[in-house]
Amino acid sequence: MTEIALPQHHEHEHPSGITRWLFTTNHKDIGTLYLLFAVSMLFIGGSFAMVVRLELFQPGLQFVSPHFFNQMTTMHALVMIFGAVMPAFVGLANWMIPMMIGAPDMALPRLNNWSFWLLPFAFTLLLSTLFMPGGAPSGGWTMYPPLVLQTGMAFPFLIFAVHLMGISSVMGAINVITTVFNMRAPGMTYHKLPLFVWTWVVTAFLLIAAMPVLAGAVTMLLTDKYFGTSFFNAAGGGDPVMFQHVFWFFGHPEVYIMILPAFGIVSQIVPTFARKPLFGYTSMIYAVASIAFLSFIVWAHHMFTVGMPLAGELFFMYSTVLIAVPTGVKVFNWVATMWRGSMSFETPMLWALCFIILFSIGGFSGLMLGLAPADFQYQDTYFVVAHFHYVLVTGAVFAIIAGVYFWLPKWTGRMYDERLGKLHFWLSTISVNLLFFPQHFLGLAGMPRRIPDYAVQYAEWNMLSSIGAFLFGASQLIFVYVVVRAMSGHGEKATDQVWEGARGLEWTLSSPPPYHSFNEPPKVP
Amino acid sequence: MNTVPQSVADLAADNRRLAWQLALGALLMVGFGYLLVPIYRVFCEYTGFNGTTARIDLGRAATQGIDRSRWVTVEFAANTSADLPWDFRPEVASLRVHPGEMVVAQYEARNRSRREIIGQAVPSVTPGQAAAHFRKIECFCFSRQPLAPGQTLKLPVQFQVDTGLPPGIATLTLSYTFFELPGGRITAAGIRHEVPS
Repeated sequence: MTEIALPQHHEHEHPSGITRWLFTTNHKDIGTLYLLFAVSMLFIGGSFAMVVRLELFQPGLQFVSPHFFNQMTTMHALVMIFGAVMPAFVGLANWMIPMMIGAPDMALPRLNNWSFWLLPFAFTLLLSTLFMPGGAPSGGWTMYPPLVLQTGMAFPFLIFAVHLMGISSVMGAINVITTVFNMRAPGMTYHKLPLFVWTWVVTAFLLIAAMPVLAGAVTMLLTDKYFGTSFFNAAGGGDPVMFQHVFWFFGHPEVYIMILPAFGIVSQIVPTFARKPLFGYTSMIYAVASIAFLSFIVWAHHMFTVGMPLAGELFFMYSTVLIAVPTGVKVFNWVATMWRGSMSFETPMLWALCFIILFSIGGFSGLMLGLAPADFQYQDTYFVVAHFHYVLVTGAVFAIIAGVYFWLPKWTGRMYDERLGKLHFWLSTISVNLLFFPQHFLGLAGMPRRIPDYAVQYAEWNMLSSIGAFLFGASQLIFVYVVVRAMSGHGEKATDQVWEGARGLEWTLSSPPPYHSFNEPPKVP
Repeated sequence: MNTVPQSVADLAADNRRLAWQLALGALLMVGFGYLLVPIYRVFCEYTGFNGTTARIDLGRAATQGIDRSRWVTVEFAANTSADLPWDFRPEVASLRVHPGEMVVAQYEARNRSRREIIGQAVPSVTPGQAAAHFRKIECFCFSRQPLAPGQTLKLPVQFQVDTGLPPGIATLTLSYTFFELPGGRITAAGIRHEVPS
């Protein structure tokens, strides 16, 4: 073992009460803060979705005005993407990366504190718009001009909230890269890094490359509205279509920012419960890197119907479909990992397996959408809604839930209630398919998205979808109960290794791990 | 491959250096976002993407031969933005022209409000593949058009359809949308205030 002096902390030093959380620079505390923030946003964003599904329960206008409906769809997307999914992944990264690579903490602990504490301010700005004259932003989360420029007082709040979220996630990304590059324990070479760490490194580079482009695009919107510039104003020589190009140049990498860490989580869980090492470790890393590269050259597949030369349609179609190759590599590797494994089906494994199946369904509908000629029919229908909810809810969110069940005993030192975990899983899986699968049919039948009313022939599937939504929303209360129970020290004591098949440095620590772990760099096997 | 820093100070310095490098990368990407604006403009002009039309001077236009074996129908469309109280229409709905021929078409605009309004017309040509082959020699869209209350103005456009127009295209549509320039403010600020060509 190399003798190096790392910062020595003592466990009794940290302050207690609220200041512990305000001033904390501890990666475990900050990870917890991120995860608690994410789950509260999950419920706020989820309640917006409930309003949407309530209004769509029957044809006609029942409960809310069309304007408020539009606010709900817009805010649901913004809150879920920037408030729930992204912070949840950063929270998992904070908790797990230092423990997985044998580092005492994140490389830049104070920056870490700052990147978390920007988020409550960002979302206070964003959510406060609900109470403003003119209401919250309602032009869709994609913020296309000229429509978004009609937003009232909420507009600058939206822009500055996006700026803050962007700064927060870029700082989080810088921290992850610096930690992984500089803080690995001696012997923890790049080819020994757990896949969750690898996927997060790639995600961090995507964040650094993509989020600033979004910041630029929304700043152009801001100056167009208030300072007389004409980036997107046709009268001044600008072009509204250009916004769509700049936005999706950010937007497509963004969707991989939200799925790559999920791949990482599943790649940790599947080998654990198949009791076999991950099949094709190296190919997994190259697959993630190729997906990241491809994500920057496919953006206009969101815009096939906007109009572009035939060569453009073909280029974006082929490059889009090409993404199926590295994604397929990953899916087949997971399957091969399980092949002849000694499998057991604890709750985290159930979620991870369900992720593989349902994410693949979302991937296949993505392939359908990626075909330019077919996309002219699917564009802006519920088929698109079904597609991205399969990859984001049964993809990203399911993987996050799987990760929480997987690591919760490590974090809290208590096993969650397996019976409740399974109940949560089965209720969620059945209801989420009831919620989103019929939306494929609605979309293929031509029901447009983002509209509070619909023709009567869509009534049955919409009602089923809404019932699924209410069940899915309610099922998540079980999750909260399970987590709170473990956090408050109830349940069976967890062992250090927690899972029989668990391998890696994080499982050599006690459960719960000491406040400061790996002050002495561990020996890497 | 695993660099082990010698001391806490070294590690902290390494971390800071890498963090600043990454932050610089993020800053450069903000710049890249803005760079996409001129890149997009050049791309559109080069390819005619998004109906961006080409501009040509009279001397060069005259040098092109006229292809009398071929007829192309040019349709004229006129729109005003929702809040502009102008009547705006072409004098004829369409013209049959030969590629290479120089043609003048007339539009007419009337200000039906009680205030002077400065308008700016923004052109677009469909289909997109034809846009790069549609050349305007002189156009009312090259400059701002002030209209006094009740005034009617003839607005000519002199154009040429390039002989290189792809053979499959027999009809193209020239569309103008008039926007109000609020007090000409648009010319005082903004990076793309110059008149679109």
